[in-house]
Amino acid sequence: MLFRTHNTRKTRTAAVAAIALSLALVATGCSAESGTSGGTDGGGDANLAITFLPKNLGNPYFDTSDAGGETAIKEFGGTFAEVGPVEATPDGQVSYINTLTQQGVGAIVVSANDPKAIGGALTEARDAGVKVVTFDSDTDPEYRDVFINQADAEGIAKVQVDLIAEQIGDAGEVAILSASANATNQNAWIKLMEEELATNHPNITLVETVYGDDDDQTSFDKTAALLQSHPNLKGIMSPTTVGIAAAARYLQTSEYKGTVALTGLGTPNQLRDYIEDGTVTAFALWNPADLGYLAAYAAKALIEGDITGADGDSFDAGELGEFTVGADGVVLLGDPFVFDKANIGDFDF
Amino acid sequence: MSDTTLAGTGATRTYRDYGHPLWRRLLVSRESAVILLLLLVIGVAMLRVNNFGSPLTMTYLLLDVAPILLIALPMTLIIITGEIDLSVASMVGLSSVLVGILHQGGLSIPVAGLIAVIVGCIGGAINGFLVTVVGLPSLAVTIGSLALYRGLAVGLLGTTAVTDFPQFWTDLAKSKIGGTALPSIIVPFLVLLVVFALLLHFTPFGRGIYSIGLSSEAATFSGVNVNRTKFILFVLAGAVSAFAGIYYTLRFGSARGDNATGLELQVIAAVLLGGVSIFGGRGALHGVIAGVLLIGVLGSALRLANVTADVINIITGVLLVLSVVSTSVLVWLQNTWQKSRRSARNRTAQHSPH
Repeated sequence: MLFRTHNTRKTRTAAVAAIALSLALVATGCSAESGTSGGTDGGGDANLAITFLPKNLGNPYFDTSDAGGETAIKEFGGTFAEVGPVEATPDGQVSYINTLTQQGVGAIVVSANDPKAIGGALTEARDAGVKVVTFDSDTDPEYRDVFINQADAEGIAKVQVDLIAEQIGDAGEVAILSASANATNQNAWIKLMEEELATNHPNITLVETVYGDDDDQTSFDKTAALLQSHPNLKGIMSPTTVGIAAAARYLQTSEYKGTVALTGLGTPNQLRDYIEDGTVTAFALWNPADLGYLAAYAAKALIEGDITGADGDSFDAGELGEFTVGADGVVLLGDPFVFDKANIGDFDF
Repeated sequence: MSDTTLAGTGATRTYRDYGHPLWRRLLVSRESAVILLLLLVIGVAMLRVNNFGSPLTMTYLLLDVAPILLIALPMTLIIITGEIDLSVASMVGLSSVLVGILHQGGLSIPVAGLIAVIVGCIGGAINGFLVTVVGLPSLAVTIGSLALYRGLAVGLLGTTAVTDFPQFWTDLAKSKIGGTALPSIIVPFLVLLVVFALLLHFTPFGRGIYSIGLSSEAATFSGVNVNRTKFILFVLAGAVSAFAGIYYTLRFGSARGDNATGLELQVIAAVLLGGVSIFGGRGALHGVIAGVLLIGVLGSALRLANVTADVINIITGVLLVLSVVSTSVLVWLQNTWQKSRRSARNRTAQHSPH
């Protein structure tokens, strides 16, 4: 009797387990089905199927750049898709590149999380005939066809100096608020900014360069110290997004608001309030939408065989005009983009 | 037990060796449910998802899940004892960085790899020491070593990466066996699988693992050396994680401190999905392998079907929650059903005198 009860219970258990599992199966089966149509879209269309693979999804910067890519791809009648990992881990993009290789897309437009880790997967993709365009963040040159560079060091240095010169009337004391003292790109920019000031703006004196270590509070404190130790300071340049936001926050609530100019590299969402209340007049960065737009046209040119990524190749990029591939397969987007009160409303990243 | 047992035939028992015949014990289990689900998902994906049927799918899939497969082996044994090891992914990272630094320092890959595995054993031994000798809960200990080993890994290499590995070794990590679609990493995995399967399912040591999970005290009294068993398992987990770290480094050709971040959760998820009880005492390796492959195949098929990463995570998450919850729901259902039966029986009993 006892034995039989036990037996029946087990049968019941098995039945319920079967029901639970088939429910799970239905759930998964459905999703696989619903996605299939998407798969055909991606692989079926001629070979102008171009897929954007950002560092991670849900990142406003890449949402903007990929939207730019989508605009371009619609213009020339290709198929746009965007895939990517949830988190920006070095290997997270590999399985997506493998998948795109299998689907046989025309081109992958990728912002690399690691210059090397995705190299093997990209090589396999290129062996299978997929064109590879990197943008925003490059891989080692041997793994891709072209790299769309958002801005070069000269352009970044020049735009900041030009902006500060314009805002302080091309004369007076300025200072730089940088990230850390040993950041390679920061130091390269600062050196070029010093040269630009010396050659073209002799009446501007660079009194000090301070380092906020890309930490909000440190940058905030350094700004305060800078303003106290240099009472005649007329402007601050901060070539780092953390620095410029912290400096703007300090200026906004201090007596220096409106009298000390601030510019540098920043993102619209960080600086929107300060632009609107006049703490910051204008700042620079590249336009991610243009970056994505150009990358999409570069992918099209590669697919159609107009360019191979060799030095001197040139291609048409819709509204942005004609571009030429430079050394190492690098295409330069152009001068940095200046954000001010008039255009900041158009951007959300 | 009772005097009515047939006298003289000592070997004869009044109860059977098992409650159910062999085929039922093999087929009606959590493990077979996961295997069945895996086969069904593969079947559906073959029919409905473009490109899923190509041999490339299997190559990429196995390359991707290899670290999870490897680490799931010792993890299964640890979870069956009722413990857990959260530091495995950090150990992968540390091993990756060590291989990078030592190779940069002039050592060959096998020597650097061997040192990394030894460090893995030491890391595992530290976990094991704190859990068994000091007597701390493994959850707390390995959360600590998760941070510690990751900290060491990132501290040693900073934000830089070592990438100049010899072509021979990076090619080997990605190579396939002969003309098949099977990647070579499957060979060391199969060797380890045989070792762990024998250890868990066919040795007294393995029986000890199960009995520790069911009741640590009962295991002690029945002669199982609980501390030694757990210590050995943590050392094995450290060693296998370090080996997975070497593979990881060579496959991506990049030694970085943040390699394999979050991998421990994927491993534990797959082990639990494979039917191992988080409370210990229950589970089998074939279920775990199916669990790892199920998560991998689902991800692969859904990616090929252009489903976004968030949706893939939601589906895997729901599956995992269902698999864990299903156990509790079954117990609850059994109880209510039994209760209703009992009350029904009572009612008849009460009613009968009238």
